[in-house]
Amino acid sequence: MNKVLMKGNEALAEAAVRAGCRYFFGYPITPQTELPQYLSKRMPEIGGVFLQAESEIAAINMVYGASGAGARVMTSSSSPGISLKAEGISYIAGAELPCVIVNMMRGGPGLGTIQPAQGDYFQATKGGGHGDYKLLVLAPASVQEAVDLTIQAFDLADKYRNPVMILGDGILGQMMEPVEFKLTENNELPVKEWATTGKKGRKKNIINSLYLQAEKLEQHVNRLADKFGEMEAKEQKAETYLTDDAEILLAAYGTTSRVCRKAVDMAREEGIKAGLFRPISLWPFPEYALQQVLGRVKGILTVEMSLGQMIEDVRLAVNGKVPTDFYGRVGGMVPTSRDVLEKIVAFREVL
Amino acid sequence: MKVIFEKPKSLEDVTFHYCPGCTHGIIHRLIAEVIDELEIQEKTIGVAPVGCAVLAYDYFDVDMHEAAHGRAPAVATGIKRVHPKNVVFAYQGDGDLASIGMAEVVHAAARGEKITIIFVNNAIYGMTGGQMAPTTLVGQVTNTSPTGRDVEHSGYPIRVSEMLGSLVGPGNSMKRVSVHDPKHIGQAKKAIKEAFINQIEGKGFSLVEVLSTCPTNWGKTPVEALKWLEEKMLPYYPLGDFSPKEGV
Ligand SMILES: Cc1ncc(C[n+]2csc(CCOP(=O)(O)OP(=O)(O)O)c2C)c(N)n1
Ligand code: SF4
Ligand SMILES: [Mg+2]
Repeated sequence: MNKVLMKGNEALAEAAVRAGCRYFFGYPITPQTELPQYLSKRMPEIGGVFLQAESEIAAINMVYGASGAGARVMTSSSSPGISLKAEGISYIAGAELPCVIVNMMRGGPGLGTIQPAQGDYFQATKGGGHGDYKLLVLAPASVQEAVDLTIQAFDLADKYRNPVMILGDGILGQMMEPVEFKLTENNELPVKEWATTGKKGRKKNIINSLYLQAEKLEQHVNRLADKFGEMEAKEQKAETYLTDDAEILLAAYGTTSRVCRKAVDMAREEGIKAGLFRPISLWPFPEYALQQVLGRVKGILTVEMSLGQMIEDVRLAVNGKVPTDFYGRVGGMVPTSRDVLEKIVAFREVL
Repeated sequence: MKVIFEKPKSLEDVTFHYCPGCTHGIIHRLIAEVIDELEIQEKTIGVAPVGCAVLAYDYFDVDMHEAAHGRAPAVATGIKRVHPKNVVFAYQGDGDLASIGMAEVVHAAARGEKITIIFVNNAIYGMTGGQMAPTTLVGQVTNTSPTGRDVEHSGYPIRVSEMLGSLVGPGNSMKRVSVHDPKHIGQAKKAIKEAFINQIEGKGFSLVEVLSTCPTNWGKTPVEALKWLEEKMLPYYPLGDFSPKEGV
């Protein structure tokens, strides 16, 4: 199959189309705007619907309706817009509906900046909206991986009847790389017997997250918890790089992992046994994979474009067995491999 | 024996939780009768609000979707775009539609979204225990306007039908009706039926604003409440057709 050169946002949009997504509702925000722009042309070509909503709140609630009606549906945004979607995401998870939500993160808090950042890790993995729910959160590090994970995301969303988030950042959305689409346009989609399609020939269907009796809601939430437990057992994903003999382990996801991979190479050239642990699923955090590479590791340096969010999951996973340190840039600043190397050297001295 | 009166097929055989004298129940019945008469039960999808009618999904015997507070028009839009041949309606209160969900309803109307909204205006937040709504009348005492709604402080009540009627959209339909006596109930049913037909014919967005009572939070008996609606609400909320004029 031929590779084509595509911008991250556009490749991700095309991946959604290939995965059978025919409905998109969104609201413009930098740095993800190419994604809706692409779909505004593409959806009508294939009999799908692109609708620019009046706000992110409306967009996620259109997703809620469309998903309840049985469709493969997606929305995308960037940090401030995801905050607005939080209420709807909680409802979608509560009502057990599938959908894919893309967050191309930018710097915050507040209006922050349009430059790339990773400050929404907590929001994506620990909640964002109210109540006990979890999103499956996937963090691609290349345009090709964004394509592959987006296609998987739709299947995972249907499998668990739960929203899945693709968590990228402005760099991933904007950069161009060669990609290959490994799926044809006509794959078969699962039958959704629970969807609102009109009750012809069956009892009525209800899409709902309200349980006024405490016992009933507890049962419902416990059932969700079982589902989240299954995801934790089955959906952890990570990549490792030169971890077999690593003494200093870098932990980073998405864009920062690319910086760190280079830093590992530079450290190796200086005779430092460095390696990289790259979570691909942020929730569930790939703790089993991390525990397996700890063999000779003397210290773990987590690198993020935030004040330190994923590091909390790294610490929980190693449970005090290995010293940890953190290096981060914020505000739209991207760490360089040289900065990371300096940090590795300094960290090694105190170990 | 000839049956001359029975429960509409599109209503479930359950007891409503509404307070005695509350007209939400009448409005439910009118909608169900219309769905039966138009023979669309099997292709209708309803969207329930957050408000006293939150359990509407248990009352209508059609596919139902429970929306977040105020978001019913967006949810209905999502459903209708997926199933354009189905009939999609939303049921919303005045806090739900005219306060927290104002943006969603205005834009659904502006898009000419082919959905039907039954907008129950009882001039108060019923479910949360009687706070001021955007439709609460000037001088009306509520739990958050204890000395009566003061225009200096809170401005004037919003006339939703007139406001939406000012939006361009030749196929859109906005009507205000009331259910305070049998004659008006008959007119309300006619308007609801026309609003569904407007959708079925693919003409545009339709909204029926139904003036309704809340005896519990108005602090009135059911009979006093009907009288208060007629005497106080009708002058500020005139009944009629506020649809955009042809050729706007
Ligand atoms: C986001 C959010 N804010 C507030 C509430 C609390 N709440 C529930 S119903 C309601 C008002 C309902 O009033 P209305 O729409 O007029 O319906 P009614 O009960 O009068 O029929 C409010 C404020 C909520 N459920 N969700
Ligand atoms: S509180 Fe008011 S609106 Fe709600 S059921 Fe009672 S009377 Fe009806
Ligand atoms: Mg009300």
